[in-house]
Amino acid sequence: MTRSIIPFGPQHPVLPEPLHLKLTVEDETVVEAIPALGYVHRGLEGLAQRRDYHQMIYVVERVCGICSCIHAMCYCNAIEKLMGLEVPRRAKYLRVIWSELHRVHSHLLWLGLFADAFGFESLFMNLWKIRERVMDINEATAGNRVIVSTNIIGGVRRDISEDWLKQILKDITEIEQQLKPMFDVMTNDYTIKKRTVGKGVLSKELCHQLGAAGPTLRGSGWAQDVRQLKYEAFDELDFEPVVEYDGDCYSRNKVRFRETFQSLEIVRQAINRIPSGELAVKPKGNPDGEIAFRVEQPRGELFYYVKCNGGKNPERVRIRTPTFANIPPLLAMLPGAQLADVPVLALSIDPCISCTER
Amino acid sequence: MMLDASTISLDGVRNSAKEMFDEGWRFVTQTVVDLGDEGFDILFHYDKDLAETHYRARVPKGTVVPSISGIYFAALLVENENRDLFGLEYDGLVLDFNRTLYLEESGDPMTAPFCKITTFINPNAKTEA
Repeated sequence: MTRSIIPFGPQHPVLPEPLHLKLTVEDETVVEAIPALGYVHRGLEGLAQRRDYHQMIYVVERVCGICSCIHAMCYCNAIEKLMGLEVPRRAKYLRVIWSELHRVHSHLLWLGLFADAFGFESLFMNLWKIRERVMDINEATAGNRVIVSTNIIGGVRRDISEDWLKQILKDITEIEQQLKPMFDVMTNDYTIKKRTVGKGVLSKELCHQLGAAGPTLRGSGWAQDVRQLKYEAFDELDFEPVVEYDGDCYSRNKVRFRETFQSLEIVRQAINRIPSGELAVKPKGNPDGEIAFRVEQPRGELFYYVKCNGGKNPERVRIRTPTFANIPPLLAMLPGAQLADVPVLALSIDPCISCTER
Repeated sequence: MMLDASTISLDGVRNSAKEMFDEGWRFVTQTVVDLGDEGFDILFHYDKDLAETHYRARVPKGTVVPSISGIYFAALLVENENRDLFGLEYDGLVLDFNRTLYLEESGDPMTAPFCKITTFINPNAKTEA
């Protein structure tokens, strides 16, 4: 049988991100997949040594636009721990609200793209229409739709007024109502199930061995979510990881959709419980020491290692993003797949190459 | 505040990885810290049920580091990234991109946009000059 090597990406009609795979195929069957990175490598970790620790917030927010708030939150937590800063409770709740809204709009973006990948354009447009509501909340509360830039070392730079907290409660209730019929389509439609059930199966054991993170890990039966570490205000919010057990594209899809509802519920809880108080404490001096800190990004576990030496600039900032962790599982699920299923399999890890290459 | 990391020797890199794998730890990532004349700190980060364990190996520059990608396939990408960005050499890397994970397979990587911070040394740089 003749083998051919087909480049998949970095520009491809179905890919929102410049993922690049070199696929070896026999007829229509993939037998090997090799990743090719570098298309959007920007050397942001190297930039850390040339920017002071406050400026680095703006840099880490640009590792990935779609989860910029969560990158900044992770980095700020690391610096705050090094400096021994106690962030005010209201700031922690505000961070939760903005970060969970980011998870909602990230998942809705992905769900729309996933629907588009198997030809459901109407579903795609409806999901993105709902996503606009979340973007409007971001714009109204932070002044920006995507990179909200609300995190600072020691807290947050702006508050959300009581009127807007009430408005968000109203908005998220309407978003939930609009999403419910789409959840039924995504999980019950014959065509969608045909394209996703039993495709790209990762066993529970293999998924763990390959270092998967986030919905990719939870879609294979692992009840692990970094928010269980109770950073920020998660120690006062009720929350259980969303888990599915079949390890296929359908399970990963279902995890993300259920997590969208879950994040809306977390936002509701946070708004109902948010205390009044200060927004930030002022840092004094420069950070010193080293720390590893993790948070749960929409795509999974985000890991930061930060080392500082008492100077203005960090000595080292290492960022391991969830897509970086989910590429080895993708390489494992592709062999044996049909070429037509590759876009669905690749999208099922919700790849963010901007994050991955930094 | 220093990271609570167990110090391991170069010989202990694979042994510790094998032990962690057998005990069901998930590989999170490696971190390389350039210590200048003192060499590199290579940190190995693992997770199990959200508990973290870190190992630290301090190696002189130019040392060939045992790859753990044969034990944890997930280490494949980060070890190749360390090849690109720090010039580290690994022994037993399951798929060696030979310092072209982020860089073009041909051409001069030092002139590539956005890649000027790499420590990659172009072997042809002197002859070209």
